[in-house]
Amino acid sequence: MPELIAKSALEGRSLTLGGVTLAEVDVGPITSIALLPGGAKAVAKGLKPLGLSMPEPNSFAEKKGARIVWTGRDQAFLTGADCPDMEGAAVTDQSDGWAVLALSGAAAVDVLARWVPVDVRLAAFPVGRALRTQLNHMNVILLRSGDYAFEIMVFRSMARTAWHELEAATHMVAARAGVKI
Amino acid sequence: MRIDGKGLIDRTKPVRFRFDGKDYAGYKGDTLASALLANGVRLVGRSFKYHRPRGVLTAGSEEPNALVEVVGPTNQTPNVRATMQEVFEGLVTQSQNRLGSLRFDLMAVNDYLSPFLSAGFYYKTFMWPRAFWEGLYEPIIRRAAGLGSLSGKHDEGTYEKAFAFCDVLVIGSGPSGLMAALTAGRAGADVILCEESHALGGRLLSDGGTIGGVPAGEWVASVVAELQALPNVRIMLRTSVTGAYDHGTYGALERVGLHKPARPNLPRECFWRIVAPHAVLASGALERPVAFENNDRPGIMMASAVRTYLNRYGVVPGQRVTLFANTDQARATARDLMAAGVQVAAIIDPRPDAFSVEDCPVHVGAEVIGTRGRMGLRGITVRKGSETFEVETDCLAMSGGWNPTIHLTCHMNGRPRWNEDLAAFVPMEGAVPGLVAVGAANGSMSTHGALVTGHAAAVQAVEALGRKVSVPLPEAEDAPYRLRALWAVEGKGRAWLDFANDVTTNDVKLAAQEGFRSVEHMKRYTTQGMAPDQGKNSNVAALAVLADATGRGIAETGVTTFRPPYVPVSIAAMGAGGRAEGFAPQRFLTSDQASRDRGAPMIEAGLWYRPSYFPKPGETTWREACDREVNMVRQAVGVADVSTLGKIDIQGRDAGRFLDFVYTNTFSTLPVGRVRYGLMLREDGLVLDDGTSARLGDDHYLMTTTTAAAGLVMRHLDFVHQAFCADWQVRFISVTESWAQFAVAGPKARALVNSFLEEPVELPFMGVAPVRIGGVDGRLFRISFSGEEGYELAVPTRFGEALFRDLVARAETMGGGPYGMEALNVLRIEKGFITHAEIHGRVTAHDIGMEKMVSAKKDCIGKAAATRPGLWGPEREQLVGLKASAPISAGAHLFVPGTEVHRETDQGYVTSVCWSPTVDAWLGLAFLKDGRARQGERVRLVDHLRGLDVICEVCHPVFHDPEGEKLRA
Amino acid sequence: MRLTCPLCGERDRREFYYYGAEDYLHRPSEGAPLAEWDSYLHLRDNPAGVTKDLWYHEAGCSQWLLVTRNTVTHEISSVEMVAGRKA
Repeated sequence: MPELIAKSALEGRSLTLGGVTLAEVDVGPITSIALLPGGAKAVAKGLKPLGLSMPEPNSFAEKKGARIVWTGRDQAFLTGADCPDMEGAAVTDQSDGWAVLALSGAAAVDVLARWVPVDVRLAAFPVGRALRTQLNHMNVILLRSGDYAFEIMVFRSMARTAWHELEAATHMVAARAGVKI
Repeated sequence: MRIDGKGLIDRTKPVRFRFDGKDYAGYKGDTLASALLANGVRLVGRSFKYHRPRGVLTAGSEEPNALVEVVGPTNQTPNVRATMQEVFEGLVTQSQNRLGSLRFDLMAVNDYLSPFLSAGFYYKTFMWPRAFWEGLYEPIIRRAAGLGSLSGKHDEGTYEKAFAFCDVLVIGSGPSGLMAALTAGRAGADVILCEESHALGGRLLSDGGTIGGVPAGEWVASVVAELQALPNVRIMLRTSVTGAYDHGTYGALERVGLHKPARPNLPRECFWRIVAPHAVLASGALERPVAFENNDRPGIMMASAVRTYLNRYGVVPGQRVTLFANTDQARATARDLMAAGVQVAAIIDPRPDAFSVEDCPVHVGAEVIGTRGRMGLRGITVRKGSETFEVETDCLAMSGGWNPTIHLTCHMNGRPRWNEDLAAFVPMEGAVPGLVAVGAANGSMSTHGALVTGHAAAVQAVEALGRKVSVPLPEAEDAPYRLRALWAVEGKGRAWLDFANDVTTNDVKLAAQEGFRSVEHMKRYTTQGMAPDQGKNSNVAALAVLADATGRGIAETGVTTFRPPYVPVSIAAMGAGGRAEGFAPQRFLTSDQASRDRGAPMIEAGLWYRPSYFPKPGETTWREACDREVNMVRQAVGVADVSTLGKIDIQGRDAGRFLDFVYTNTFSTLPVGRVRYGLMLREDGLVLDDGTSARLGDDHYLMTTTTAAAGLVMRHLDFVHQAFCADWQVRFISVTESWAQFAVAGPKARALVNSFLEEPVELPFMGVAPVRIGGVDGRLFRISFSGEEGYELAVPTRFGEALFRDLVARAETMGGGPYGMEALNVLRIEKGFITHAEIHGRVTAHDIGMEKMVSAKKDCIGKAAATRPGLWGPEREQLVGLKASAPISAGAHLFVPGTEVHRETDQGYVTSVCWSPTVDAWLGLAFLKDGRARQGERVRLVDHLRGLDVICEVCHPVFHDPEGEKLRA
Repeated sequence: MRLTCPLCGERDRREFYYYGAEDYLHRPSEGAPLAEWDSYLHLRDNPAGVTKDLWYHEAGCSQWLLVTRNTVTHEISSVEMVAGRKA
């Protein structure tokens, strides 16, 4: 019988430069919950034990380590907790489909502004918001996890490219920091 | 020559730089142009066509003459405007567009040939003989064309792109821009202030004067200090707004690192996309030259530029300056020079009613009609009435009035209005939604006018944002702007309009005479306005001369269209983030490292990197490895990573119904635990994709798509679902990335798979079952893309690498091993399986012999259109196999042996080929007219590109195990 | 160019995939004459003025959107979700 060793996309890589920290993080299980027509009540009931409910568009909510992230029309990702059995929704395991990168620091917002075509400054994108958008050519789910902190969910197979882009932008932003305006 | 005590340069920070091999000294705050002028360098370039000696004309981004090459450690940037390039320690520059030295440019012979090189010269001269075009004319023209040169090396520089958002974008930081930014900033609006130059202040830095009772420089400093302190104001220096686009989007080019020595990771330039619902265009105005004979000599400059060099850089470009100008405002240049102790030899004002208060000779009602000094101005000839006289001068400051900088207002098709009082075009109001032009850009030429309009536009913007603000307006000069339009001085000689492209008044008149009377035709015939400055210095004068030559008014003659970008933008900046790794995401398999460890060359397929083949010691060609891998699968067992196939998880009570609607065949009747091959059509009846779908539960299916079409199929399913059946009980999501999936194929496949499973399963062909592998939940499919008994084993992606390494290691103990894309391709061709080489978007189910898969019992996407005449029948090209004893090629065309080879006799084409070690022949898949009825015939395969001409046998497309006994074993 | 996705908000054009005229939403019923299919698949107006077309928020929420816009002024007057629209 083989012994299968689990590996994350970037094996937990991390980088700190110019006050910006980039790291692959493990958010635990990821489950897609997509409402079937008329399924809202059943799903609300199913989520109740976690103290969570289906989030409003472009937002996420957290309770005791579990997080529910809006990902589309009548669809959300539950992360950090096993999904309770529920009716009324298509429930699909997505745990292995995504790499999650945490980007933090005062200049994190400048790093993202190099690749993300959305206003990610705190006033326009406050803590608790989640967007589906792009990181250069990749589709991502972008979460505002703190005043100076973001999480970026990207297709696992593209994790190295996402890392490359963010690292390159971090270097450019750091090099610019010496530039006096 | 530098003037003590003048200028905003930092005299405590001397800088050494190089121009044409010679070292010079300048100061921090200098541009290359100001530093060269300070060193007495007047000759800095050669003109495009006639290679005329040229000097600095302006002090801004509109500069047409002083274009140089900047030589960096890894790159060489041509056509850099010396008026924008700041000097820094170690800056290396050189002149361009010359053969030999700048002083002795051999191409200057063109200047003596100028009678033959007038407008339309190329069109008239290089027409015949026709045979000379490619061999003789084109190489000569190519050599002569262009300005600066590149290094020819890869540009290793860093370039950046970025996105920015704000409530109010202020473009320009002169009096109107600063007032607008201050007003919007105090209101608390989110403001971006873009300034093209390296300091805020615009013309206030050059003109001086007073604002609110203090020197303009002090007022600028206090406003800048306040703006810098406001957290809601972002100041972007060295940033040119290049274009206005739909819905409040603007492009802007920032010179990030071009003014300092190269540093790793420091971007040279950044291209910004700025989104702003409100924008204030405070771009000012550009002074326009006057056309007179030989008005292009080094030392002849714009009056405002002379003033800028004096007041901003502490530089005078000559010892005996003359002024030729038709406005009161331009006299300030002469007054500032005299105040600085510079001799002003004469003021020549063409207005008969002009005043004369300066303490120097003033010639009212006079014109400059000629100049002397080939390498630098020595004197001018002045005509006053019937009298002409000479004036010795080494610097002539000229002004023909001002053109508001309206370019951005025209980027969305806005047509500017002609204003007779200003003798200039002003913006059409509302031409760019959300953008308001203010100050000189809108024809308010006084400082007071600039402050008032800048303030008003900002108030309007912040009120629209629901904010209130009150900012007192400081007092400033409000002198009327008086001019008498003067475009060109009467005379026979060459008088330049477009310095950059060497277009003279005579060229424009010739164009009119030859029938190019429309401004658009004149522009293209003479190339006026088509140089790097895009006509900023010449457009209005050129069309005034055209209007005169054609007997029309200027308003009636009209203008050509200003298009983005406002200033040249390097391709590297525009494409920043899109080079090398940034070109497209790279998708890596979990087996990637394991494959590379085995020396497999990786090839890109649908962004994925997949192993081409796995070389073994002693193998010298890919074919050897490929043949071995094919034999290995046919005789033992092979392992391949097939995780790239698209996988879509479909759930809900209507999941089967949904699949029935998107596939031609029926899936609602598929038993749980079974897999079925499905064919998907586009609504126009052509094949979209194929793949297998498995039924995992009553309301649960797993669809697979081809690697290439995974994204396309998802988009298609989303459309069908949302447009036609959003109320059905079905939802789906991609799980491509969630599973690592490995094909295990060959006579020993079952043994290998079972050695992995906690509980071995007996699966029928086209069966699926959940399995446990080393404590992990996985899925086992019995499907085959090779024609052998085949399985696909799927585990959560995190375990992919471990499973692949283990599978390969164990396969090797059984005489098997990994196989790559090449072998996979051979195996599927031998078996007649199609890929997107065959279903390339122009074939129907009928063409690939699958018309029976289109169920008659139900509707599906594409079913109706597939029955259209012309999409089925013997006249169609149908999928066949080809067998040959000599190499054949994909892309070759098929003909009946003995017929001529041309388009009309074409019988079809080849889509896939391979050498088959199994059949011991060259095999191909092809589309042949009425092909299914022609099995056994011989066809002639012709590939002119590769020089192939081979007789092939037409076969059934399935060469290997046509009965499928091995699959079902 | 910017589109306001009813779910995601105002976004840059780069996030969207353009498909074509809204005609694609009016699929003929099964058994409709071929002429009707021909019209559905191939015949399109090309108005100078208001037009309705289909866009896919590919880099966002994956919703198909019905966009009403003016081809002359480039003004976008409405963006609706295709799913759940009033027929």
